[in-house]
Amino acid sequence: MSQAPATPGAADDDVHDEPIPMMQQLIDNPFLLLFLGVAMPTVLYIVWGVMEIVGIPLAK
Amino acid sequence: MSAIEPPAQRVWWKQPLDRVEGTWIVIAFAWCMVMFFMMPYWHVYGKQNLSNEAYRSSPEAFLAKAQAMVDKHTVRTVTEQNIPVVHPVPGADVYLVARLWQWWPVLELEEGQTYRLHIMSTDWLHGFSLQPENINIQVHPGYEHVVTLTPTKEGTYSIICNEYCGINHHTMASKLYVVKPKKS
Amino acid sequence: MAVNRNFRTCPSTGLVYHEPAEKLIRWNAVAGVVSLLVGGVLALLVTLTRWPAVKLLPPDWFYLVLTAHGLDMLVFWIIFFEIAVLYFAASTLLKCRLATPKVAWVAFWLMIVGAITNNIAVFKGDSSVMFTSYVPMGAHPLFYLGFILFAVGALVACFVFFGTLVVGKAEKTYNGSIPLVTFGAVTAAIIAVFTIAAGAIILIPTFLWSVGLVSHIDSLMYRTVWWAFGHSSQQINVAAHVSVWYAIAAIVFGAKPMSEKVSRGAFVLYILFLQLASAHHLLADPGLTSNWKIFNTSYAMYLAVLASMVHGLTVPGAIEVAQRGKGFNKGLFEWLRKAPWGNPCFSGMFMSLVGFGFLGGISGVMMGTEQLNLIIHNTIYVPGHFHATVVVGTTLAFMALTYFLIPTLFRRELMFPGMAKWQTYVYGLGMMGFSVFMMGAGTLGVPRRHWDMAFSGAALPHEFPGAAYLMMGLMAVSGVLATVGGAMYLVNTVGSVFFGKKIVTPDFKRVPVREGMAPARPPEPAVAPAGHGAIGAGGFVAPGTFVLAMVFLTSFVLYYFVNWKYLSTVWPLK
Repeated sequence: MSQAPATPGAADDDVHDEPIPMMQQLIDNPFLLLFLGVAMPTVLYIVWGVMEIVGIPLAK
Repeated sequence: MSAIEPPAQRVWWKQPLDRVEGTWIVIAFAWCMVMFFMMPYWHVYGKQNLSNEAYRSSPEAFLAKAQAMVDKHTVRTVTEQNIPVVHPVPGADVYLVARLWQWWPVLELEEGQTYRLHIMSTDWLHGFSLQPENINIQVHPGYEHVVTLTPTKEGTYSIICNEYCGINHHTMASKLYVVKPKKS
Repeated sequence: MAVNRNFRTCPSTGLVYHEPAEKLIRWNAVAGVVSLLVGGVLALLVTLTRWPAVKLLPPDWFYLVLTAHGLDMLVFWIIFFEIAVLYFAASTLLKCRLATPKVAWVAFWLMIVGAITNNIAVFKGDSSVMFTSYVPMGAHPLFYLGFILFAVGALVACFVFFGTLVVGKAEKTYNGSIPLVTFGAVTAAIIAVFTIAAGAIILIPTFLWSVGLVSHIDSLMYRTVWWAFGHSSQQINVAAHVSVWYAIAAIVFGAKPMSEKVSRGAFVLYILFLQLASAHHLLADPGLTSNWKIFNTSYAMYLAVLASMVHGLTVPGAIEVAQRGKGFNKGLFEWLRKAPWGNPCFSGMFMSLVGFGFLGGISGVMMGTEQLNLIIHNTIYVPGHFHATVVVGTTLAFMALTYFLIPTLFRRELMFPGMAKWQTYVYGLGMMGFSVFMMGAGTLGVPRRHWDMAFSGAALPHEFPGAAYLMMGLMAVSGVLATVGGAMYLVNTVGSVFFGKKIVTPDFKRVPVREGMAPARPPEPAVAPAGHGAIGAGGFVAPGTFVLAMVFLTSFVLYYFVNWKYLSTVWPLK
């Protein structure tokens, strides 16, 4: 985390002061993406689909 | 600098979009929305939608219903195996059994009439493929699928199996006859 | 235990190879190519049997060979090669030692044993259940067991990949974010984890069923969960071959991504939505509601299609920018005309891109449209589609990459460079024809996985029109052509890797490298770069690519509505 705003002319260090945007941090985190990439299809495809199959009524 | 090296900027998220990319994203997104809304649109305004009506059933229960229909409405038989040809009442529930390696019975429907076609397999997976219309529906054992369909033109159609079901898969073919409605 | 930190630098490419990683990449790639060889021989047999005029094999052999062909190609060839790509993208591109090489070897041998076990089960003759092995048709328990072992091995390999990312970050082998190609590999690995988890959920109970420990597997449940494995496994390929496109664009042209944000954002859309498209296979099944079907089949409103369309623009766009920067700036297409068409690395990649987009992508959206699926489901249109995506798309991209890897990774000269120039064309065009004619036959109703379209022996046979026979004949001719192209690839790669002239580097040595080998980041320009300078036309840096993209979109829109028009003429049903 950067505490002080970049001082102009602070040579090598000032380029590292700009905080990384939220979205870039998210995209740079493979394990967060791994979680999302597994959770999304599991819930939306498998769980939803299996619930629908379980709910099919019996034939008269 | 290139795609096989880390990005040159530490903060790449803020690099502005090239106009060519921005324009293409907008166009492509618009097209994606058109394709998405085409499906619900067809459910409301289109005529060809696969029914979601299905029931859990057993081979015995389904065969009993098909047998009852065959007993009542058989008009003739075809082939040396004497497969019954059934001419059900328009609007009625019609049963089609898929099994190794046969569609049973043969159906004779009237042009322009609507039928509730129940399809189920009593053994393995099969594929209902109506030719040359090219309507294709997956057929499961244990699930009775009710499809409401309306033949539009008289003629002799084929029902073939298009889900691999073993060594004689290629012999699993049958006919579906569509005739002019009887004048009453 | 000492960690092997020995690296070598490739003198011609500047890439660094970690000693254990290099060996693993080689072996995985070789195992992939061996699977391709077996699958290729089987491919020829399948093609010659479905050629109505030849009809080579009897039905039992046909279904056996078709089962083995699907498994050896779709699973073993592609996943082995993908593991090689993952290790390359993590270790070599991050200049990082591979995490736990020993575990990676365990993964490799599990995959080998799994692949062999599965093949044995199929060739024994009692497991001709196709790649999909739908219950209640049962295979020999070894069939499922081999499959499961292979999948476990692949899963372990994915975690070696993720572990390497952790090592790279901890040991500061690179600055800032990972390279785009590595990010694409991350995408592939994430999809692979979901894929394999879904496979475990369904194949383990099925294995228990085959040995009698479970009494019943529901066929609809099986198809639903199985496709979360079966379709997603092909989405790994999409992510992997798109990464390979970016890599080849970078290698051949020094192309840098037009914008990291757009390309990575598109990969994120893949991670989130691509796997939902497993629903493509269930659109004609009973019991699942249209809500589920529409949401999933459209990748949640086609967001993954959007991502593919973005990659389809940014990869050639990056090439165009690089070429224009080198002075090929005339008109719309000088950059493309002056591209190195004699370099199989480029020609293979470019045909993969075009074929995947125009043939595989468009046909995939057709089949994946809930209602249009009715006139396509289980016809030979379906293999037409996936030969365009998986073969023209993935396999051709991997072939193209091989021509780059042989000198740098295997340190061998290509044995037949002249043949390599032609190989990508013969294979690519053969395969494109193969796909197109399959789709044509499918439109006429010819079923897939079917031994005899003349229904010999059936009591009430169907007679397909002559056009359908013509399509199947043309398909077979194209298939034979593609097989020739495949053989050219195999002769050249196997020959070069084992008998090619060694590239000898004077003063070759491996250098042990400690942590923090990344050089200091060069100072960034004071002003953030706003674009690519004075190239292109009309404010577009890549106008040629944009025109190509519009041609693509036009074909897409036309073909889409032609199919709806055709659908509107079939029997009403609801």
